Amino acid sequence: MLVRQQQNTADTPRQSDRFGIASGWLLVASLLCMPLAQADAEKGLAIATEQKARDRGWGDSESELQMVLRTAQGRESVRRMRTLALEVQGDGDKSLTIFDEPLDVRGSAFLTHSHPTAEDDQWLYLPSVKRTRRIASRNKSGPFMASEFAYEDMTSFELEKFSFNYLRDEPCAELTCYVVEQTPTDSFSGYSKILVWVDQQHYRVMRAEYYDKKQSLLKILELSDYRQYLDKFWRAHKLSMQNQQTGKSTDLLLESIRFNTGRSAADFDVAALERAR
Amino acid sequence: MASVQPLILRGRWLILALSLCFIVLSSIGLGQLYFRGDYRIFFAKDNPQLQAFEQMQLEFNKSDNILIGIAPRSGDVFTPEILQLVQEYTEAAWQTPYSIRVDSLSNFQHTTAEADDLVVADLVPNSQLSAAERLIIRDIAIAEPALVNRLVAADGKVTAINITVQLPEPTQQQQVTEIWSFVSDLSAQFAARYPNVEFHHTGIIALNYAFASEAEQDVRALVPIMLAAIMLMLAVLLRSIAGALATLLIIVVTVTSTLGIAGWLGLFMSTATVNVPTILMTLAVADSVHLLASMQFALADGKTKSQAIQYSLQRNWQPVVITSVTTAIGFLTLNFSEVPILRDLGNLTALGVMLACVFSLTLLPVLMQFLPLRAATIQQSSGTMARLSEWVIQRQRRLLWGFVLVTLLCTALLPLNRVNDEPNKYFASNTSFRQANDFMEQNLSGFTSIDFALNGGVAGAVNQPELLQALESFSNWLAEQPEVMHVNTLSDVLKRLNKNMHQDDLAFYRLPETAAEAAQYLLLYEMSLPFGLDLNNQLNIDKSATRLTATLYNLGSKELIALEQRALAYFAANWPDYQLSAASAALMFAYIGERNMASMLTTLPLALLLISALLLVSLRSWRLGLISIIPNLVPAVIGFGLWGLLVGEINLALSVVASMSLGIIVDDTVHFLSKYRHAREEGRDSEQAVRYAFHSVGRALCITTLVLVAGFSVLMFSGFRLNSDMGLLTSGIILIALLVDLFFLPACLLKLDKSGRTADVSPATTKHS
Repeated sequence: MLVRQQQNTADTPRQSDRFGIASGWLLVASLLCMPLAQADAEKGLAIATEQKARDRGWGDSESELQMVLRTAQGRESVRRMRTLALEVQGDGDKSLTIFDEPLDVRGSAFLTHSHPTAEDDQWLYLPSVKRTRRIASRNKSGPFMASEFAYEDMTSFELEKFSFNYLRDEPCAELTCYVVEQTPTDSFSGYSKILVWVDQQHYRVMRAEYYDKKQSLLKILELSDYRQYLDKFWRAHKLSMQNQQTGKSTDLLLESIRFNTGRSAADFDVAALERAR
Repeated sequence: MASVQPLILRGRWLILALSLCFIVLSSIGLGQLYFRGDYRIFFAKDNPQLQAFEQMQLEFNKSDNILIGIAPRSGDVFTPEILQLVQEYTEAAWQTPYSIRVDSLSNFQHTTAEADDLVVADLVPNSQLSAAERLIIRDIAIAEPALVNRLVAADGKVTAINITVQLPEPTQQQQVTEIWSFVSDLSAQFAARYPNVEFHHTGIIALNYAFASEAEQDVRALVPIMLAAIMLMLAVLLRSIAGALATLLIIVVTVTSTLGIAGWLGLFMSTATVNVPTILMTLAVADSVHLLASMQFALADGKTKSQAIQYSLQRNWQPVVITSVTTAIGFLTLNFSEVPILRDLGNLTALGVMLACVFSLTLLPVLMQFLPLRAATIQQSSGTMARLSEWVIQRQRRLLWGFVLVTLLCTALLPLNRVNDEPNKYFASNTSFRQANDFMEQNLSGFTSIDFALNGGVAGAVNQPELLQALESFSNWLAEQPEVMHVNTLSDVLKRLNKNMHQDDLAFYRLPETAAEAAQYLLLYEMSLPFGLDLNNQLNIDKSATRLTATLYNLGSKELIALEQRALAYFAANWPDYQLSAASAALMFAYIGERNMASMLTTLPLALLLISALLLVSLRSWRLGLISIIPNLVPAVIGFGLWGLLVGEINLALSVVASMSLGIIVDDTVHFLSKYRHAREEGRDSEQAVRYAFHSVGRALCITTLVLVAGFSVLMFSGFRLNSDMGLLTSGIILIALLVDLFFLPACLLKLDKSGRTADVSPATTKHS
């Protein structure tokens, strides 16, 4: 033990020396590569812009979702909900989620007006007291329905919410992906960065790694069972979020989705909340 | 063996080569040794309390934590300066390695109703606060059940930040050290900026770190003291530098090869095993001293060195082997302990003792061939021993009955000992961990806690009004218990939310009336909580169970178990439909002491039987074998009796002292009785045989006892009470054993072994023998 401890204490300064040298080199290297780094930021933004562009024009949708929460030992708990969504040109999307299960929250409805730069507006209607309450969306980093998804993981993707940096190409399943680093611009985000794997053919997100504020890997999201709708829009039917720190996981399953259901902005105002069932 | 002795000298090069090979090969294993300070090393995998604890940790989030107490000298935490400090520290604390949650006064998610909104926000939103705003914050904090007496003192003098960490399994010491260094660096930085603020660190991570740092301290401080003590004693006793060096060499190779083998076996070092070297040094030195003293004695008799070495081996091999085996047996009984690291301590020491035995009988004689050795000087003390034996023989009746009386008295004192295991008290009152704990207990909240899981059996049960009613009543009952400082419960959250949902009307500070209301309030609340501050540490995933935490005064293990049992019984009597389970690190320690004591008490007779059987065989006498039980048992009885009178607390290290010391004190008995038997076989009566025994081994017994007492006394300098108490009691028992062997055993022999074969031999002739 004696030997081991001494080694440890002896190692620390050496390691930090090595780190010092390494970071010195890193600094030199980054100075030399400045134009390259900028190009990477541009490429990252270009990829994200294309990603956003490819998903433009879907109009409105209605989907049924199932959420399966799992503990580290594999015990499960299921939540069910329906989501109506409306694409808004020139602003963030609107969505209305109605909870079906567990039964004690049935009929609760969650309305979101997302905005690219301003804070999102959120309301929750509680049928038990027949009241609607606005939720301060600063706290968007907490778990959604006690799952491993945070509200901010599920809100509409807006370019203004991140700064981008292209890192590398990497094979993902049988495809090739761009690996892009997204850094949240909002200080109220729960993440320091998100690494996203976007396939080069269809610009679909295949995988994402979420890093917490202390730069540790927190969660890994894997998206699969992509199906194409309206000959254009790809939707993943299975999203698996695995918490790397607690071992818990959540599967978000898209059970059905329909487009062009004829919804309008009127279906997404606060008064509509109380009508939603 | 008689034919082996010349072989040892003839084959000296072979022995040297073999020993060297063995030592080198085993020592390579040292590289694989590692250290664990994690408190879980005290518990076997199948320990029921550990399993309950892990089950609860899996059901809810982990509760391993480090708590930082912040105490401004001004005695007010609600000043702009301190609120800013708390806020900055909270922000910085999220960077703690492995942290998953940070709770403090500043980031407490305070809820208010504002028109139709539910506002959920940090209690301390920023540091630019007016005096009026600070007063409001103070009023809210002091009235908030989730904060007061947990993160802020009711008098507002002290506050705390709690960092919850999720350590990967299996936990390595390095991760604990990483967390500790990060937090203590952070505190040091803040202490530099806020010189009028004191920082105290406690919690599970601080406990784990303290286990490791005290062990390291032990190695750093005790090993040099031990070496110095040994060198001093050897120099005085042997008056030979070469002899002292040879002994030192034997000690060093014994320790390194034992630890090396431990490395090969994949064992780790811990707070218990870290003192294996110190104990081994003590035990190994005795063998060498016996052998060297005999050599010197033979040299003084005019023998050549080879003859002297042969003489010494011949006279000592049997007692050295027997005493080593009995000592090993004593330590091997620790295998019946409930505590894995005490098992490791027993096995490693037993292994080391046998290695020391082999090295002393092979390597030491070979080494002495090459080293100079001085003849013994005249033993002035033989006169003392003769006088002592006469004194004992004259007062045999008084000594006999006196010791019987003392033994009976001490037996009566035994029940004064109470098993008590409190991790807090494992540390001496001058250690920083203990001081931080004591400060926090006096000023804010205790280190001891119990987590209760209330299970309703079906998904969503936690929202049902009946279960919430049970939760509230039980939480209230807990809070009323005198041992309890604070209860963190979901029923408080729901009452607050109900009030918020009704425009902060205090009349609604009560539980929601329907399951739907409760579920929907929680849905609303959970959606409003930021990263890391969710309710997953209080609710399981299907909301069938909730966890409430009672923070307690630092209780003894008996009181802690009593409170747990009382709570479980109260709950079962009132709410038989629900299940309540209890678990915590403190509870694990509370039970381990009892369980360990029980298992050690059952193995003590076994050890006694084994050792007595060994003595019976080696003494070849039923009567002496039976008599030997007296001096083997009495020292522990007297030692524990006195301990009961003076201290009265038995922790898990002390519960193994009885069997451990048995193996050591038996050595003196072996030496005394074998000399006594030798004299009896030569036809002397019991009185003459006692004189002979005194004359031939009295001095050696005193010397080896001195060495052993000194060795175990060194452990008393440990800041870790498991080790220091063990050192104190063991050295005490060894000293008592010497007194018993010198005063009580002869009296017993004179009384019980009267039928001398040559009772008619005149006293005059015996005087000269």
